[in-house]
This record gives sequence, C-alpha cells and structure tokens, in this order.
Amino acid sequence: MSAIVVEHEHDHHEHGPAKGLLRWVITTNHKDIGTLYLVFGLAMFFVGGAMALIIRAELFEPGLQFVNPQFFNSMTTMHALVMVFGAVMPAFVGLANWMIPIMIGGPDMALPRMNNMSFWMLVAGILLLASTLFMEGGSPAAGWTMYPPLMLQTGTALPFAIFAVHLLGISSIMGAINIIATIFNMRAPGMTLMKMPLFVWTWLITAFLLIAVMPSLAGAVTMLLTDKFFNTSFFDAAGGGDPVLYQHIFWFFGHPEVYIMILPTFGVASTIIPVFARKPLFGYSSMVYATASIAFLSFIVWAHHMFTVGMPIAGELFFMYATMIIAVPTGVKVFNWTATMWKGALTFETPMLFSIAFVVLFTIGGFTGLMMSIAPSDFQYHDTYFIVAHFHYTLVPASVFILMAAGYFWLPKWTGHMYNERIGRLHFWLSAVSVNILFFPQHFLGLAGMPRRIPDYAVQFADWNMISSIGGFIFGASQLLFLYIVIDTIKGGTGEKVTNEVWEDAAKHSLEWTLSSPPPYHSFTTPPTVIPTEHI
Amino acid sequence: MSRSVSQKNTRLARKLVMIALLMFGFGYALVPLYDVLCNLTGLNGKTDSAAVNEVIYPVDKSREITVEFVTSLNNSAPMEFRAETKKMKIHPGEYYTVNFYAENRTDKSMVSQAIPSISPGVAAEYFRKTECFCFTEQKFKAREGKTMPVRFVVHPDLPKQYKTITLAYTFFDNTERSVKK
Repeated sequence: MSAIVVEHEHDHHEHGPAKGLLRWVITTNHKDIGTLYLVFGLAMFFVGGAMALIIRAELFEPGLQFVNPQFFNSMTTMHALVMVFGAVMPAFVGLANWMIPIMIGGPDMALPRMNNMSFWMLVAGILLLASTLFMEGGSPAAGWTMYPPLMLQTGTALPFAIFAVHLLGISSIMGAINIIATIFNMRAPGMTLMKMPLFVWTWLITAFLLIAVMPSLAGAVTMLLTDKFFNTSFFDAAGGGDPVLYQHIFWFFGHPEVYIMILPTFGVASTIIPVFARKPLFGYSSMVYATASIAFLSFIVWAHHMFTVGMPIAGELFFMYATMIIAVPTGVKVFNWTATMWKGALTFETPMLFSIAFVVLFTIGGFTGLMMSIAPSDFQYHDTYFIVAHFHYTLVPASVFILMAAGYFWLPKWTGHMYNERIGRLHFWLSAVSVNILFFPQHFLGLAGMPRRIPDYAVQFADWNMISSIGGFIFGASQLLFLYIVIDTIKGGTGEKVTNEVWEDAAKHSLEWTLSSPPPYHSFTTPPTVIPTEHI
Repeated sequence: MSRSVSQKNTRLARKLVMIALLMFGFGYALVPLYDVLCNLTGLNGKTDSAAVNEVIYPVDKSREITVEFVTSLNNSAPMEFRAETKKMKIHPGEYYTVNFYAENRTDKSMVSQAIPSISPGVAAEYFRKTECFCFTEQKFKAREGKTMPVRFVVHPDLPKQYKTITLAYTFFDNTERSVKK
C-alpha cells in the first residue's frame, strides 16, 4: 500500500479520465464507479422487471397459461434476488459513490481500488446467478429466502447460486467498508458528523448494518452448501439438525437487509424534500437518532418473519412488541418530512413529486407492516398476497420511487443537461397511478386467503389478479419513459443550460451544488472552506 | 490523498474486515446457541436425544392426559412405519411402554433414523424417554420388519393446561448418508 501512496503523491497533477472503453474497467474514480453502479442497477431493474411481468402474465387468469410451475417459482425467486442484490442495493451504492465524497467535501472514496473491485465482483455475482437460468434443473426456485429442505432440492444450480450470494455479499461488504472509511476519514475540515447531509448519515448507518449482517447470510448459505455436499446436518433433521435454525440465521440477516434498502431511501427523501419546500429539514438531529434507532431495532425483531413456526408465547410477544416499537422512529421521520413541507414554498418538479408519493405510499406500507406485527393476526396474513403487497409498497413506491427521484434530482448535476420536465411528470403520474393498480388489489387477495408463490389460483381471486396484472404492465411500460429520459438527458436533454445550483438555492443545503454541472473529474482536491448548514 | 489519511483508511478497513469475519463466525455460533436455547425452552418440541434414567415419581392419579402417536416418512422413504397404539390416556408420573412397527420395503439393507418431535413444544421438557428407537440409527436388512418399544413418563410438574401431548416420529432414510461417512 505504501508504495502506491508515494507514487500518488508525485502524480498529483490534474488528469481526466483514461481514453476508450478500458476507462470503465480500470477506473478508480468515484464518479465513474458511481455511474457504473447506477447504470448496472438500472439494467437489472429492467431484467428483474421483465421477470415480474412473466409472473403477472401467468397470474392474469387462473389456470396455467405461459410457464410451467417450476419456472414460475424460479421467476419469483430470481425476480427477488435480482431486484434486491442487482437493482436496489447497487443503485444506492452508486448514489453513495457519486454523492458521498462530494457531499462531505472529500476528493474521492477512501479506498478507490477496492471500490473498483467491489463493482466488478457484483457483476460477476449477478452473471453467476443469471447463469443458473440455463442449468439442468433450472435456477433456484425455493424463494429468495432459500429455506431448506426445499432449497436443497435445487438441481445443478445450487452451488452456483450459493457462490453468487457469496460474491454479492463480499462485494457489498467491501462497498460498506469503503463508505465507512470515506465518511470517517475524508470529510472536509469543519464538516462535523452532525453537519453531514442526512443522505450521508443514513448511508453510514446502512454500511454498518451491511458489515454486521451480510456475513451471517454468507454463513447460512455456506451451511446449506455443506449440508448438501459435505454431509453436515445443520438443517437436516435426519442428522439432528433443524430447518428452523436456517430461518433464524436467514432473518437475522434478512430483517436488517430490508432496512439496508430503506435507510438510504430515507436519506435521499430528506435531501430532496427541503430543497423543493425551500425550508431546512425539520428535526435534523431527530432524523439522525431515528435512523440509528431503526438500525438498532432491526437486530432484535427478526423472528416476526417466523411467527408461525411454533415459537413459545414469550418469543411471539417479545418479537411482536419489539416490531411495533419500530413504528415510533419511523413515525418521527414521516412527521418530520411532513413538517418540512408545512408552510414551505413548495414547487412540484418531478423529483419532488416522486418524494411526496414516497411519503404517502411508504406510510401505507408501514401501516400494513404494523398490521402484520400483531402475532395473532399474522397467522392469517402469513405467506399470503398481503405480505407481498406490504413489502412491495415499502420497496417499489418507496425505494424505487426515491431512486427515480434521485435520478431526476441529480441527473442535471451529473450530466450538465436538463431533463425533459414534461416527460418526467408524465412518467411520475403513470408510475404513481399504475403502481397502486398493481399492488393495492394484492391486499384484498391476501386478506381473502390467496397464498403467495403459486402459478395458479382459485377462481374467486380472478378479478383482482387481472386488475393487478394490468397495473403491472402499465407500470412496467412506464419505466421505459425513464430509460428514455436518462438517455436523452445524457445526450443533451432540453438543451437548457443548467447552473451550478440547478435547483433554486440548493447550494444552501449541500456541497454538490457549489460545484460546476457536470462536476470536474476530480473535485474538492482542495477542501471547501464554507460548509452549508441550511439542511440542519 | 496524504500519507497519514491513507494509513488511517487502511487501519480502519482492517478493523472493519475483522468485524465482518467475526460476524461470519457469529452466524456459526448461532448453531450451538440455538441448541442451548431449544433445550432450555423446549422450542420446536425437541426432546432429549439420549435415554434418561428411570426415576420414580409420585403418580398423579387425579389427572389424565391424552398422549397421541403420529408417524410419518420423510421424502416418501420406502418403509412402513406405524404406532401400534394410536392414542392412550396416561397419568403423569407413571411409566408406559408403546410399540412402534417399522419395516424396510426394499430388497437392500437400509439405515434409518427416526426424529421425534413433541407438540405443544413447551411440553417437550416434561416428556422423558427411558428407551427409544430414535436415540440411534436403526439398521434394517432387506424386507426386515421390527417392533420397537418406547418407554416414557410425563413429569408430574407438567402445567395443568396441557391435556393432550402429541409425539410425532419421522423416519429418514439415511442409507446414502451413512455410506458417505
């Protein structure tokens, strides 16, 4: 390491990106790697989306139409894995790479080479996972939770899927280490922790969650691997193991994992809403503490995913109450966003529209979560479409909407071009309406008893499934508008010249708006002298 | 990046890698922790995996508890397996013996393991077995059938609200597994 450092010090003149395509392979620049992550995340969003449309097409009518049940189950499994590990997480890591160094006034990420490595490991992991689609016996079909003993019935694909999870895990852990090191060591003088934009705060906490839980997932899937091939009996009852143990380890990872996807969402929302409300964020420090509380609570609620496994009553009660407590810090956040907008001089550009929709629709997802936290009621909802509706409300009109909002918010900064606001708003309204047509009926289906992960269903579920599928196809098609806007903006957009600030008075909120649009390849090689504090 | 910042980054990264490795170990540490927890709480109806000594308890004639016996075969193991008594009324503190019958339906020898489970799970710690075919792997010759006894007692301390206890056995075909060993 020291040799590299010395070389770096001699080589300190300004230089732009390397020429040619190889630039993207060997780059260690945080903006390049951020772009790679974001483009990869967007590509996987369409791959995972295509899988979702296969699911919705099959469920359009009762009976088996297009795919066989095994492939259908592969699709539910792969859709989830691709969306979680290929789309949402990488997109947020991309935002972190692009924005964190700029927001804290640092020159780059702390460990640029590791940054490059974690991106390419992600690509390798996803390719390995995708390769299972072409293997004998098909890709994993036991659900993204990969419960044994069902998961162990996967064909040739099993070890490949497990190694894919290992790679994705190592990639996320390296990304997280990089983010923590960047935030701790690379801040500009005067950028104290409590002056950092909330996006940086939420990512700092998320990165700790990643380091704490991704290794447990790696452990759980390694146990699956040794159970299958090396004669261990961690989860095999015949050898004295217990399949329920897997569920405990998986959800010890799985519950923090869902917050890994939602905390950066909160961070971006807290960044965008004040800019368009033209007010400082309401309750900055309470936002920080609420984020930390949610992260802490995420470690002690995992068994609420397992209320029906036969836990003693004391366990059911503990996990029920602990889960309900999460509503308190989450409520603090929702009220703070609302209070930020209260009496603000609001304007409704596309990023703000997506953010407001997030606040409203995420709250619906939160409430259904609260319903399921009640253990006795959960026996009714467990493994039905109600849970599908719940987590899609917290992921699609929440995490995905906020990723869209972030795209519209920062695209002018990244490219120096303005996106087409009219098409942006059209994209928003189509998405916001269709996402509700898609997921709201699933609440009714679940309450009426339709189980999840089935390719065929009883006829009384037909109507709502058809409506849900129609919503799904409109939602899927609408996202092509976003793809068009991204490409169009990169190519020059409306041709309107964007200022450094892009949005009115944005520079009061955060440092990225003090740089040119697009920012220079190397920014803040000398630290900024004025630290914006409006967001506090 | 100056040299001191770079060193700080490397040091921090090393610490964080250590945390990640520790958490990988923690995943494995959950395995014994879970077993301890199960033994303490009777979670998942896990019963003793070895015979307990026969202790004389005061027999509680005032209470009658129904014990049901359920048998099943994992993954359609090629066996016949049944309890010779489906259900019986017992008094806590008294010892009883029930017979189970298992038969190998293949023309090859077979190694099987029965796994017990008690419902409700909380009753598991009060259900003591002094003899059971589930404590060890059972070897069957081709087409061999065996009658196997289970001797048990329900501890008189069993809380009053439990009126029925179900003892379920699942036979696993372990032939391949024991060949690998």
